[in-house]
Amino acid sequence: MATSYSVKPEVYSRPHCVPGGAPKTRRPDNTAFKQQRLPAWQPILTAGTVMPFFFLVGLLFTAIGIGILITSNSIQEIEGSVYMYYGLSNFYQNHRHYVKSRDDSQLSGDTRALLNPSSECEPYRRDEDKPIAPCGAIANSLFNDTLELYQITNESDPTPVPIPLKKKGIAWWTDKNVKFRNPPGEGSLEERFKGTTKPLNWRKPVYMLDSEDDDNGFINEDLIVWMRTAALPTFRKLYRVIEQKNDLEPTLPAGRYYLNVTYNYPVHSFDGRKRMILSTISWMGGKNPFLAIAYITTGSISFLLGVVMLVINHKYQSDGNIGVTL
Amino acid sequence: MLGSPMGLLGPCWVRWHCVRKSTPQCGSVVEEERRARANDREYNEKFQYASNCIKTSKYNILTFLPVNLFEQFQEVANTYFLFLLILQLIPQISSLSWFTTIVPLVLVLTITAVKDATDDYFRHKSDNQVNNRQSQVLINGILQQEQWMNVCVGDIIKLENNQFVAADLLLLSSSEPHGLCYIETAELDGETNMKVRQAIPVTSELGDISKLAKFDGEVICEPPNNKLDKFSGTLYWKENKFSLSNQNMLLRGCVLRNTEWCFGLVIFAGPDTKLMQNSGRTKFKRTSIDRLMNTLVLWIFGFLVCMGVILAIGNAIWEHEVGTRFQVYLPWDEAVDSAFFSGFLSFWSYIIILNTVVPISLYVSVEVIRLGHSYFINWDKKMFCMKKRTPAEARTTTLNEELGQVEYIFSDKTGTLTQNIMVFNKCSINGHSYGDVFDVLGHKAELGERPEPIDFSFNPLADKKFLFWDPSLLEAVKMGDPHTHEFFRLLSLCHTVMSEEKNEGELYYKAQSPDEGALVTAARNFGFVFRSRTPKTITVHEMGIAITYQLLAILDFNNIRKRMSVIVRNPEGKIRLYCKGADTLLLDRLHQSTHELLSATMDHLNEYAGEGLRTLVLAYKDLDDDYYEEWAERRLQASLAQDNREDRLASIYEEVESDMMLLGATAIEDKLQQGVPETIALLTLANIKIWVLTGDKQETAVNIGYSCKMLTDDMTEVFIVTGHTVLEVREELRKAREKMMDSSRAVGNGCSYQEKLSSSRLASVLDAVAGEYALVINGHSLAHALEADMELEFLETACACKAVICCRVTPLQKAQVVELVKKYKKAVTLAIGDGANDVSMIKTAHIGVGISGQEGIQAVLASDYSFSQFKFLQRLLLVHGRWSYLRMCKFLCYFFYKNFAFTMVHFWFGFFCGFSAQTVYDQYFITLYNIVYTSLPVLAMGVFDQDVPEQRSMEYPKLYEPGQLNLLFNKREFFICIAQGIYTSVLMFFIPYGVFSEATRDDGTQLADYQSFAVTVATSLVIVVSVQIGLDTGYWTAINHFFIWGSLAVYFAILFAMHSNGLFDMFPNQFRFVGNAQNTLAQPTVWLTIVLTTVVCIMPVVAFRFLRLNLKPDLSDTVRYTQLVRKKQKAQHRCMRRVGRTGSRRSGYAFSHQEGFGELIMSGKNMRLSSLALSSFTTRSSSSWIESLRRKKSDSASSPGGVAEKPLKG
Repeated sequence: MATSYSVKPEVYSRPHCVPGGAPKTRRPDNTAFKQQRLPAWQPILTAGTVMPFFFLVGLLFTAIGIGILITSNSIQEIEGSVYMYYGLSNFYQNHRHYVKSRDDSQLSGDTRALLNPSSECEPYRRDEDKPIAPCGAIANSLFNDTLELYQITNESDPTPVPIPLKKKGIAWWTDKNVKFRNPPGEGSLEERFKGTTKPLNWRKPVYMLDSEDDDNGFINEDLIVWMRTAALPTFRKLYRVIEQKNDLEPTLPAGRYYLNVTYNYPVHSFDGRKRMILSTISWMGGKNPFLAIAYITTGSISFLLGVVMLVINHKYQSDGNIGVTL
Repeated sequence: MLGSPMGLLGPCWVRWHCVRKSTPQCGSVVEEERRARANDREYNEKFQYASNCIKTSKYNILTFLPVNLFEQFQEVANTYFLFLLILQLIPQISSLSWFTTIVPLVLVLTITAVKDATDDYFRHKSDNQVNNRQSQVLINGILQQEQWMNVCVGDIIKLENNQFVAADLLLLSSSEPHGLCYIETAELDGETNMKVRQAIPVTSELGDISKLAKFDGEVICEPPNNKLDKFSGTLYWKENKFSLSNQNMLLRGCVLRNTEWCFGLVIFAGPDTKLMQNSGRTKFKRTSIDRLMNTLVLWIFGFLVCMGVILAIGNAIWEHEVGTRFQVYLPWDEAVDSAFFSGFLSFWSYIIILNTVVPISLYVSVEVIRLGHSYFINWDKKMFCMKKRTPAEARTTTLNEELGQVEYIFSDKTGTLTQNIMVFNKCSINGHSYGDVFDVLGHKAELGERPEPIDFSFNPLADKKFLFWDPSLLEAVKMGDPHTHEFFRLLSLCHTVMSEEKNEGELYYKAQSPDEGALVTAARNFGFVFRSRTPKTITVHEMGIAITYQLLAILDFNNIRKRMSVIVRNPEGKIRLYCKGADTLLLDRLHQSTHELLSATMDHLNEYAGEGLRTLVLAYKDLDDDYYEEWAERRLQASLAQDNREDRLASIYEEVESDMMLLGATAIEDKLQQGVPETIALLTLANIKIWVLTGDKQETAVNIGYSCKMLTDDMTEVFIVTGHTVLEVREELRKAREKMMDSSRAVGNGCSYQEKLSSSRLASVLDAVAGEYALVINGHSLAHALEADMELEFLETACACKAVICCRVTPLQKAQVVELVKKYKKAVTLAIGDGANDVSMIKTAHIGVGISGQEGIQAVLASDYSFSQFKFLQRLLLVHGRWSYLRMCKFLCYFFYKNFAFTMVHFWFGFFCGFSAQTVYDQYFITLYNIVYTSLPVLAMGVFDQDVPEQRSMEYPKLYEPGQLNLLFNKREFFICIAQGIYTSVLMFFIPYGVFSEATRDDGTQLADYQSFAVTVATSLVIVVSVQIGLDTGYWTAINHFFIWGSLAVYFAILFAMHSNGLFDMFPNQFRFVGNAQNTLAQPTVWLTIVLTTVVCIMPVVAFRFLRLNLKPDLSDTVRYTQLVRKKQKAQHRCMRRVGRTGSRRSGYAFSHQEGFGELIMSGKNMRLSSLALSSFTTRSSSSWIESLRRKKSDSASSPGGVAEKPLKG
């Protein structure tokens, strides 16, 4: 019979297409992993889990939404410190060429980059032969209007009283202390910036942005705020802070105020608009009606979906829909 | 890892004197005829024939890098990413730094190269192994050991018993008389019965080396071709011409059997051999998901271009309207002189940043997942065969998910469905059936719970391997029941088996067919031991007593007679004819007096046939001397007749084989592989159609069809197509269709069918056929049916049938059938087989499965998957295939979703940044999003996910259907994913937009700066897609938990690291986001935004899924749900139709026997001289038997099967 013949001396070779791991014993291991028997959690969407989820989301979101709305509305009262913003619209700080037109090495005080800015800064890299500090389109377009706020304290005295505007503390701590640093050196700022020139649009060099040394040069907070480019073409940036004097009286009591704008910054050419905004803040920042409305809407829809599901589930559950197809 | 350099350079270059020239290269002439002169290497070298070295490997050490890279860049995807990389190097365009593309690209190229190198290494190894096999070559008059690869055309080589034939040889001489030799061609055509080859007489005398060394004949023959059964050539020797045919050839892949040695002349070597010519090119197989994916990628690419164009137009307009005037603060680049040009540049910039919709990691991830699935197949201990110690092996790692979509299985029979072991299982003697095993309670015992087999120790000559369980038969023998004795006497006499007794009592039978071997072995064990034979005698030990019968005649077996008889004279001088054969033919030739016995035997036969056993009826007839003398004389006359010899002999045989006395019947089990019927039943329930394609005979194939429950008695009809001409076949097919149509018309709405029929849309009609039909088609009919004008008719008919069996098919036809189904059915096909004859089919089908652990490895080498038992197929398809498909679909859906959600945000942002191709995210986030933050969870899902446990997919085979219908990932699903992705991207951009446009931080500074916006969007994106993968993951193993939570943790860790002071201090220009993470993520508003975005993105998905689950659950949902509520549901009744023992008269006859051996024995040509010496053998017609044998062979080659069979059911 066929089986009685001895097996040929044919060497049985198995070319492995699966690379690696040719086990010595050909018997597969009996492990949960290899046999695909790993213990596992097998969740399934059931009425018992899904509907409570929807109701919970519905309630929670509506509550949060209302909370935000209340907070948001309370911001109308001018209490606490008042924040003064300038706003620009139709200004594309998020344009790709604009965003990349800076040299963070230079801004962080790197001496080499100071004198030889990155090519990303073109065409604001060099002015004649001198490297521009800070280079790039962002720095070149620094917002340089000045805003001053005056209050007419009493009607009899028409001389407006200037309101003290704090210009420090408007930038992130990391920006001011890590990301932006003046070039190292012993001498004055002017010496440390030696060999550089001012950006084309600027009236004065970077080391003359402010009189105080800890707000001058690259660490000038107005510059830092500007350099943190906006995500959207309509944006506002913090300009000054009007600090609260004490808890008893409002920071900006009702009255007549003058805003004095020194107009340096042209926006007309590209239909830009400028704004000045005064606002107080709460735990969640400034006024934010969008978030409140979005939360309330989502909450309501979620609740509604829950109800719809309840109805459908109830209606079809009675028919014993699941399991009948078996 | 690449072995010795010598080995890698390829063995084909090592020797110079066998110059390789496999295929005609450009310029050279196509080989028109082959000339080979024996023992003359110099002469043969002129023709530059291919050497015997085979090469399946692709590279060597030097060519690897360039060739591999060239191949890799032929992949569209790779070239595309290279193109992107080049784009990114152009500063005006570059919207992303170059490393976002090069890192993944290099990763992909490296991984692929390593994989290719490993694969090729193993190919080298297997090539070397084959090429370095030893063979004995006659060089300069001395036999020398040579490696196979150094064998050249024209060499004479010596083969020994059980050796593989090294090349296509012309048989010169052998150890057996008359230059005969036996070969097994299983590797070539799958037929396991032995075949005889014979050297032409002039060379058969060249038995010793000195004569052979002087042999200088020249062979002129046809050029290399793939026809296994044809060869024509001429031998010129000593100014004589001798014609050569296939009968003289030994083909590579055959194994020499029962022949001590033989010499052959190499005619075709290496790639020119018929085996290699038949194996065909390895086609690179792709899955349907692959093809769909490629289409989708193209669509996405189109979509990408559309978005690019929209944004470019936007950019041109913007630059024209706004940008020109904004030049005070942002002048245009020097190179840019117009808004139009700026738009053009921005198009390319957007192509770069939007390319992440089709990230390169898609391809890598798909490969990784498939690799994982392949390992699971390799590791599956339920697909490990203890007996053969072979695990399942996924040899191709790229086809796994297609295993979940198979609609057609093409199976070989011998060695795949059956073990090719014949077992004497039952018998009916004088109306008493033996062989059923009863347990203590009297029930029929199943295998496994059987008691001990009966003890044959009384018989020293018994075969230890023979097992029988019914003790009553042995008792009957011992009691001396004359019928039982006569029954076994018949079995021991009426056959063409040769015996060999190497040592006293150690009997070996050389049976031409395993059936005969089983019958003779059964007789041997029951005390009727066939001991030896001469041309004129048969010696049998009957219950220990040696009796020598005089063998008067062998009335040989053939396909028309379906029976064989011997006429013997016993020592008492009585002449008796013993006959065994098919019941259909034999029962009509019985004596009237056996009528009662006949009906009892018929019942048994039906019972046996119902169990799928192969039956033979045994009968005898006493002849008186006078009659015999007269008959023998007439027979001699007939055999000497010039014309109509065959017919005259047949009628003379028929005359004597009449009025026989019925003895009983035997039932042989063609042992199926374990679990075959169950597997077939289960796969049928899973809506998979199974076709059996076998080289074996029709009876055998049909028989197996019944025993493995493909064919059942419940079937409305089994159509048998055996036509020899185009017209006959067409008519038979047409009739079959009409019958099916008639019955379906009878079922209802006949007129609509009539209409459809007239509109020639047969396929749709036949889809609606009522009732179960089966089709059996013969090889020669199939040849016609596969012709271009009939193939559709055939396919339609065949596809309307539940089961299709093609018998007597050639390897090429197997492939053609598969190709036909592939071509018209658009269905996934799987071919499974074990022999070299299945190779073409295995390569043609979408998925090829080889049965490993057998003797040959050809099929395994050509296959994509291999395991050792047919029954593992159900696990491969229903468990591994199904899971793979499910996982791959889930993976792709999620993958496209996450990348659209990720990328489309840029599109929306484009409208707010002057279409300047500014990215929303940090560039590191873009680089890492696909390869770090979101890759592992989805990979874990793709590798580990399970919807229902494995045993459920066996219990509910219908769970397999979504794969066949392509439901889980198709264009519709793709669009849903895309839509979900785009929906997510809209929310992902506009919710933060809405919040940020007004918001300030809680310390009063601006919130809406670009970097905070980027961090917020990125964080909510990572959270949303993580929640989504959580929803998609159905099977949360520890690994899934680890990856999902880990990815989130890693995201935040990397975020804080990238935004840390330390990195900024080192590379201020690279890590510009310093301090952003802590400043932004400390804001309650940001978190409120993230939570809001997440909920709004996820809520509709949850609602939709819940409602679908509630309103329209699919089967897997239901199974899961049931599992959850732990409803004890009774396992779906498996509609395993038990084959009823109906009274339908159906023959269980099947016999893998060929004619010609009877004559061989009677002439004594195959007897060793030693045994011949015993006989009073006279050379009567010395070479006539050979001629007639040859003629029969050629007859059967041109028209095998002979007569058209009627349908088996009356």
